[in-house]
Amino acid sequence: MEAAVKNIFYKFFFTLGEFITDGVDGLGRISIFTGRFFYWAIRPPFRFRLLFEQLYFIGNRSLFIIILSGAFTGMVLAYQTYFGFKLINVDTLVGPVVAISLSKELAPVLGGLILAGRCGAAMAAQIGTMKVTEQIDALEVMGINSIQYLAIPRIIATTFALPMLSIIFLLVGGVGAFVIGTKTLLIDEALFYSKLGEFMFLEDMYQGIIKAFFFGFVISVIGTYFGFQVRQGAEGVGKGTNFAVVWGMISVLVLDYFLTSFLIKVL
Amino acid sequence: MDEIAISFKNVSKAFKDHVVIDNLNFEVKTGKITTILGFSGAGKSTLLKLVLGLISPTSGVVQVLGRGLNSLSKVQLREFRRNFGMLFQYAALFDSLTAYENVAFPLKEFTALNKSQRDAKIQGLFESVGLDSKAAQKYPSELSGGMRKRVGLARALALNPAIILYDEPTTGLDPITTKMVNELIVSTANKTKGLTSLIISHDVRATLEISDYVAFLNRGKIVEYLSADEFRNSNNPLVQEFVNL
Repeated sequence: MEAAVKNIFYKFFFTLGEFITDGVDGLGRISIFTGRFFYWAIRPPFRFRLLFEQLYFIGNRSLFIIILSGAFTGMVLAYQTYFGFKLINVDTLVGPVVAISLSKELAPVLGGLILAGRCGAAMAAQIGTMKVTEQIDALEVMGINSIQYLAIPRIIATTFALPMLSIIFLLVGGVGAFVIGTKTLLIDEALFYSKLGEFMFLEDMYQGIIKAFFFGFVISVIGTYFGFQVRQGAEGVGKGTNFAVVWGMISVLVLDYFLTSFLIKVL
Repeated sequence: MDEIAISFKNVSKAFKDHVVIDNLNFEVKTGKITTILGFSGAGKSTLLKLVLGLISPTSGVVQVLGRGLNSLSKVQLREFRRNFGMLFQYAALFDSLTAYENVAFPLKEFTALNKSQRDAKIQGLFESVGLDSKAAQKYPSELSGGMRKRVGLARALALNPAIILYDEPTTGLDPITTKMVNELIVSTANKTKGLTSLIISHDVRATLEISDYVAFLNRGKIVEYLSADEFRNSNNPLVQEFVNL
């Protein structure tokens, strides 16, 4: 009995130790990868064609899902807020509450989660497939830095595309909330506008844009990093893609907390 | 006396405690086809990576075209790699690019050729590896294994390398495609004066047909290094075992 308990304790601490060392090891590796990004990002050759290709893929090709998500998020939020606020007779505040929620939190966070799923996965899968089919080796043998060629355009493009997509998310969400608020819930249009002007400030938007900038960076670093880490064929590509999505999403949520607590004090 | 394109001087490579290359002394002659044979896990791929400078030796010096790779910085090493062309086992073509774009890729990256000059060069390369213009517009997934090898070879030759490396060029191919790839290796070597070819393989029959020299790598050491004819008649029991498999 005593031996069995000892065994359980041993297993528990062994697993815990392994989890911690793996985590520290992973963090170290991703930090080195990020360092390499900064080192190579400022060194020629600068491949603008690749950057624009990625901006098109990450920005333009994500527009549909961002607009769709933004519109429905705004509409749902308007509904939920309205019925809560009506109980205490402040239903005219639906506009600013929805707009502030969208600009500070929902647009960057949901936009980040969407991009982690769509683009983080694509990055890990593309780079991972190139890794297992020796295409990355082919680049290196030609004398081309694979991080500079594959990771840098993707990371820069995502870092700048996500803030833009967040703004679109916010605008579309705002329109959705306005339509539902004024046409379905019959809030007075003039009141909707005036309350928005009274409670919503430009600083609220800055907070969301700054967050989106960091989320974009983190999602793309994670996506490309797990792509380069892929081993063992198709199974490895699947694992890498899975890790890229899961850790991309977790990072967005965790980083959101720390950024919020920091930005609230600064802005 | 033959010039030396690649030399290993007391080279060892270990990954943690596992020694993969063990105090290797070995030279590859300029303008010749040299093949390194060996069982799986003998250290052939590690040797290839050492030649390319993709990994550094734990001890010893790898010299290529008279330059010690350990004396080159990372940036210099990248530039130096343009002296190499490499045909990968599965060609490693960029799957998002057509055959034409794959061959054009190194030319766009590293030369100042304009479009018409580039087109002329690519056409010449395609002809030299026996590809027609129809294949040029196809993506790698639309090409057969043999065609992919041809495109890979055309890409490897695009920058007029001094040394061409072949990683298991005939592994997994049918006999007819194997014959075609072997002929391609020989014709490429014959067409390009001074081109050094280094082949990593475990295909004994193909190797003995096309190589000038054959080395046998076992547990990180070259145990036999002879001309192809001499190699065939080697008394080394390991070589005999491998040749007669």
